[in-house]
Amino acid sequence: MQRRSLWRRRGTLVLLALCLFLAGCSSALLDPKGQVGAEQRTLILTSFGLMLIVVIPVIAMTLLFGWRYRRSNSGAKYLPDWAHSNAIEAVIWIVPCAIIAVLALLTWKTSHSLDPHKPLESDVEPIEIQAVALDWKWLFIYPEQGVASVNEVAFPVDTPVRFRVSSGSVMNAFFIPHLGSQIYAMAGMDNDVHLIADEMGSYPGRSTNYSGAGFSGMTFEAKVTTPAEFDAWVETVRGASETLTYPEGYEALAEPSESHPVEYFSAISPALYESILKSFHTGGEHEMGGDHQLSSDHADSSDGDNAPNTHQAADSGHDTNNHASQDHAMRSHPTSVEAGG
Amino acid sequence: MFGKLSLESIPYHEPIIMVVAAFMAIGGIALLGALTYYRKWSWLWNEWFTSVDHKKLGIMYFIVALVMLLRGFSDAIMMRTQQAMAAGGAAGYLPPEHYDQIFTAHGVIMIFFVAMPMVIGLMNLVVPLQIGARDVAFPFLNNLSFWLFAVAAILVNISLVVGEFAKTGWLAYAPLSGIEFSPGVGVDYWIWALQISGIGTTLTGINFFVTILKMRTKGMTMFRMPIFTWTSLCANVLIIASFPILTATIALLTLDRYLGMHFFTNDFGGNMMMYVNLIWAWGHPEVYILILPAFGVFSEVISTFARKRLFGYMTMVWATIAITLLSFIVWLHHFFTMGAGANVNAFFGIMTMIIAIPTGVKVFNWLFTMFRGSLELTSPVLWTLGFIITFTLGGMTGVMLAVPAANFVLHNSLFVIAHFHNVIIGGVVFGMMAGLTFWFPKAFGFTLSEKWGKRSFWCWFIGFYVAFMPLYVLAFFGAVRRMQSYANPEWQPWMILAWVGAVIIMMGIACTVIQFWVSIRDRKLNADVTGDPWDGRTLEWSTSSPAPFYNFARLPEVGDIDSFWSQKERSNEELEEAPYTDIHMPRNTVAGPVISFFALIIGFALVWHIWWLAGVGAIGVFVSFMARVFNDDIDYYVSAEEVERIERAHQQRVKNSDPYKPSAEVEGREGKQRYVEVNA
Repeated sequence: MQRRSLWRRRGTLVLLALCLFLAGCSSALLDPKGQVGAEQRTLILTSFGLMLIVVIPVIAMTLLFGWRYRRSNSGAKYLPDWAHSNAIEAVIWIVPCAIIAVLALLTWKTSHSLDPHKPLESDVEPIEIQAVALDWKWLFIYPEQGVASVNEVAFPVDTPVRFRVSSGSVMNAFFIPHLGSQIYAMAGMDNDVHLIADEMGSYPGRSTNYSGAGFSGMTFEAKVTTPAEFDAWVETVRGASETLTYPEGYEALAEPSESHPVEYFSAISPALYESILKSFHTGGEHEMGGDHQLSSDHADSSDGDNAPNTHQAADSGHDTNNHASQDHAMRSHPTSVEAGG
Repeated sequence: MFGKLSLESIPYHEPIIMVVAAFMAIGGIALLGALTYYRKWSWLWNEWFTSVDHKKLGIMYFIVALVMLLRGFSDAIMMRTQQAMAAGGAAGYLPPEHYDQIFTAHGVIMIFFVAMPMVIGLMNLVVPLQIGARDVAFPFLNNLSFWLFAVAAILVNISLVVGEFAKTGWLAYAPLSGIEFSPGVGVDYWIWALQISGIGTTLTGINFFVTILKMRTKGMTMFRMPIFTWTSLCANVLIIASFPILTATIALLTLDRYLGMHFFTNDFGGNMMMYVNLIWAWGHPEVYILILPAFGVFSEVISTFARKRLFGYMTMVWATIAITLLSFIVWLHHFFTMGAGANVNAFFGIMTMIIAIPTGVKVFNWLFTMFRGSLELTSPVLWTLGFIITFTLGGMTGVMLAVPAANFVLHNSLFVIAHFHNVIIGGVVFGMMAGLTFWFPKAFGFTLSEKWGKRSFWCWFIGFYVAFMPLYVLAFFGAVRRMQSYANPEWQPWMILAWVGAVIIMMGIACTVIQFWVSIRDRKLNADVTGDPWDGRTLEWSTSSPAPFYNFARLPEVGDIDSFWSQKERSNEELEEAPYTDIHMPRNTVAGPVISFFALIIGFALVWHIWWLAGVGAIGVFVSFMARVFNDDIDYYVSAEEVERIERAHQQRVKNSDPYKPSAEVEGREGKQRYVEVNA
């Protein structure tokens, strides 16, 4: 009975190892297609390895002590009042401390090097794509090209992409597992994440943050192509019959829909992304003079921890708050209408 | 007249819900009928519902928790079934609006109405006995806490049949939970169920905090308290400090929903990030409220069954205190991907990892308690060994999640789901099962069947790995939480495997049900006559099983950490025969159930906007509370003669019991073989 139980536990461990092995063969996170994802894979495996330094001995000791010091084993030492040992206490504090110290250093370093707001180093000129989460689809705006698409995003290989991410509805999160970091999409917030793909292909992307009934179908396709193919893709989009105007066209698109088909918009209203961001500011700023003064400076100064380059929100400058600053003074302007109700 | 409530609020068109409702109705009618037939109503009311006895309240917490476990598990198996089916364009059998309610209800029920009442129930049953007290500091409040929790559980179950439950995830993130995106009554059920039970929990926290600080018996200094009492103390500190945050946060959400305010809305200055921060400022301490008492259980179990002092008592205590403090400065690790800067993320990541140090030290302390011990492999010990292995793996994945840059790809994925089930099943569930088996004889006077207990353990243990290891794997494929369906058919085999694991866990739950049945049937055979079935170490084992309502005829005196153990070692020569004295006890009270009944009415009325009924409920609460406040007849004395009569009867029973009679103790001590003989 006891022996059998030991085997079962070992069997579980073998199963676990097998699972991780199998996962390594074809998985998005362990077979990344971009620099950010690759660094994150290394980080995951490193932290996994460091933790195993404690985990494996603990599991081994559990099985060993449980077996050796079982009551029916009269051969084992039994010291009922032995309950303290400075040497053991020292080891069980120092070893975890040492491992966590190493992990802490790694954490500090990678939190900065892999900061999603930090631009990626590359010789290639980065491009900007603005992603807006809607119920329940993704709108991708290409400000430089003046086009937009729904549930499909294309960009050239080996080119840093700055995704500016916001929401026209509830909270979502923008994620392309093969490429790395996800980031929250929140209404009125100008968040961003920098990604790069070093291999061409088509990668699934989706919202990871539950957002309601159509959440499961809130997926998109990320097409990574050669620069020439990207230009061709842009031309295809420009050839589409639909255009996206603000606010009428946008509001129609923002109506809830599930598993929305891919759509292309050959032209968009100027500063579409900024308009969507500002749509949550109610337009009542001038009626509430007093605390209006506070907003712009306050948001910037209280936000010293954030990566510097994210303060370049196009024409609206400080009006669009920088990547989800927690202290979002900008958005605290009730309109007179709302103050009354 | 009836606010938003109408006949259309009952989901007739949902066959699954109607079948469940029918079963609940049949079961309920059968139960009520049986109570009436056997004339048990007044017994139930006088002996249990109005009781202020902490042991009875502990038992009632556990009964409600086990019933809610069945409900929460039904949700789990429905989710697993849906995900095993809905691959590659298939819709499965649950539409999103139903599936979304189920995963929300699963989380809410398992945390608030299963894990919390089990932990609080165990504290109720054990803490006053461990510190040598006759009851808690505020016995009436204790009864009120239980009933507030119980009516909140009822409110959640009403939502199954009348209206709907929230479709927002268990923490109801704004702005999805705001009135704009969730206009139905689901979130309102969530709000009022959590507010009512949250008040009960806060009162419990205060009650046990005061009890442990002020009601310890003579000689029990802080550093002589049993470890379970220490971990309970820290858990109650966390309750007192964190539950008001939950109450305030939900109150703000309530203002948004009911009065059109804009704390957390998209528009007009609302800030959803504030909601997420606040809810986790409560939510992270909450997980330690659950796990710390479980740590205490394992400490008691391992040192009792190894018949050895707990290794590193002081280290254990300080590690617990360290975890208590640190648990308040890690909340941001639940949303590294919100976009805070690198310094903020790194700070919270490192703080989170630091918690792993005292936790790891605790694990080693348990291991070195086994070391040079004489370990009896009973079912509580199996739960403990299973815990150490499972929780260590869960801790490892927790540290991986705590590295912000790694979290950026693991967040919101099934990795997170696998991780927290890894620590909650491996930690809290295993701990509560160990504690239930360990202290069951103290509550009922007989031990639980070891055979079925071990079967339950193996099903849970194996079932856990089969159910959740595939989720870790799926996360690496890019699978996220809360998907009603998914496009990639490659994920389906793993989902089916996870479903098999859930079925194995279901067998574990079935084993527990059978275990109760078998143990109650054989209760005479498994009677714990001495009150000390496991050769225990702490004060609760020095009194009879079940403990008399006054706990101790003479309040014990303590001079050591494992005081009862050392007292037994000194043998019987010191046994003093001091005369019994009158014992001062609190009276039972109807105020708890009555106030809570009116609270339920307020909750239901507010969910449906039936304002006059809410007013009736409020008046009811006020009047019944005042009636309690101005009632001076709240205590009485048990005469010394009565105490002596009860104690003599117990001593007689101990003498009469044939020491050679096979009992559960024998079964526990000498293994399975004897059990087979006994049962042959």
